[in-house]
Amino acid sequence: MNTSEIKTRFPIFQHHPELVYLDSAATSLKPQTVIDAEREYLEEYSTNVGRGLYPLAEKATEKFEAVREKVARHIKAAGSQEIIFTSSTTGSINLAADLLNHTVNNGDNLIITAMEHHSNFLPWQELVRQKNADLRVAPLTQTGELDLGILQNLVDARTKIVAFTAVSNVLGTINPVQEIVTIIKNINPHTLILVDAAQATGSIPLDVTRWNADLVAFSAHKMFGPTGVGVLYGKSHLLEKLRPVTFGGNMVLDVGQASETIYKEAPTRFEAGTPNIGGVIALGAALDYIENLGPANIRGHEKNLTDHALKRLQETFRNDIRIIGPINPERHGSIISFALNGIHPHDIAHLLGEKNICIRAGHHCAAPLHRALGLDATTRISFSVYNNEDDVEKLIGVLKEIQKMFLMK
Amino acid sequence: MSLYQDCILDHYRNPRNHGTLLRATHRASTNNPVCGDKLQMDLIVKNDIIEDARFSGAGCAISQASASLLTETLKKKTSADARAIKPADILKLLGVPLSPNRLKCGLLSLETLKKALNNKM
Repeated sequence: MNTSEIKTRFPIFQHHPELVYLDSAATSLKPQTVIDAEREYLEEYSTNVGRGLYPLAEKATEKFEAVREKVARHIKAAGSQEIIFTSSTTGSINLAADLLNHTVNNGDNLIITAMEHHSNFLPWQELVRQKNADLRVAPLTQTGELDLGILQNLVDARTKIVAFTAVSNVLGTINPVQEIVTIIKNINPHTLILVDAAQATGSIPLDVTRWNADLVAFSAHKMFGPTGVGVLYGKSHLLEKLRPVTFGGNMVLDVGQASETIYKEAPTRFEAGTPNIGGVIALGAALDYIENLGPANIRGHEKNLTDHALKRLQETFRNDIRIIGPINPERHGSIISFALNGIHPHDIAHLLGEKNICIRAGHHCAAPLHRALGLDATTRISFSVYNNEDDVEKLIGVLKEIQKMFLMK
Repeated sequence: MSLYQDCILDHYRNPRNHGTLLRATHRASTNNPVCGDKLQMDLIVKNDIIEDARFSGAGCAISQASASLLTETLKKKTSADARAIKPADILKLLGVPLSPNRLKCGLLSLETLKKALNNKM
């Protein structure tokens, strides 16, 4: 993958030629085509969708709905009726929790895992609190992978929902989604499964049909798209049965005074109000960008780079570094978190920032995971298509300086 | 200018007044959930005069150096004078401008001190 050519497509590097961006797990940078798509909508046809009968509104509606089709094809859904647009991954998971609220009763249980981001933790914690249900947390192995044996033992006849991440935003672990779904459905075919794919999109090829999960949540901004757009995929036969939980414009066929209101079909009935039209259209451009590069090529590039970085960090810092997460590159996405002996992650992040190297420090919205690891915070680097081995060397060079600065007496 | 001046690094590597006081009359601890910084401040206050001050905890260089610098100024101060210490005074001690994100780290020591002064053992 020609990263220097790729960099020319991301205008941020013209504004900051020295930038070493290693924080794509927080949000990815945006290529010019994505920026253009959103600007074109705002400048040339910024009309509302779904309602207008004049050509500009028809154009906006057509472009908007074309992205729904494109998302469905990209993640290999059965059709665009399975794609709900939301505001973010968090918005998608909260919507899912609201849609499934009525299915959970006193004494039921929900299962999540110890590696979840707060956004795939708190909506379920709140749901079990309301329903007096049980929240079970599947633990991890020593290498930061899900312990499938224990997970299996947690599922029973009263397990209503299992929610887990496809790729950990801290450990980088790639979970075997299809295998996990099969294990759960074999024990309880009625259990509904939600996969948080926020860190998978834009990094590993998705196939929701093969995964066989009932619901999948992700957002545009981690796959080169803009912020403010999320997606909730849901199997058609499930969405058809669910009642809307937010109400307003664009989601009804007919409204009566008393109770004869008729809602539109899924997914529109779950999208009350004017959506982020420009953002969705820009997501379409982001998907084109990924398709042009090739999802398998992106994964290949990120895997090689992650493997290289893991090796370089270990050989450079040896016993002074603790890498959190699997070392096997097949099970590791483009995220590496680590602790460096005697230096607080916030100091590392700040000093790297002074040298134009952007990384993340803290608990990465996964406080329960850090508690389990016995760490207050970690330093996280994450790669995307615009990163290469030079970025890794620049990072290691400054990390060595920081180590020298902190450890000298 | 780098945030990490020699003075801050020196106080981080060789903290002054680090530890706890067995005979502390006042004590409090705080934490900064964003960074995971933890700080405990122990004071011996006699006749309204701070006779000794120690801090313990773990965290980033800014939070720990700020506590070290602050404890150096506390001895022989009246509790009223200690209560009157303002955030600006801490920033002056640190000698570097702090971004909004790091302000919490830099001011954690002052927060802990104020809490300790109100927490007689």
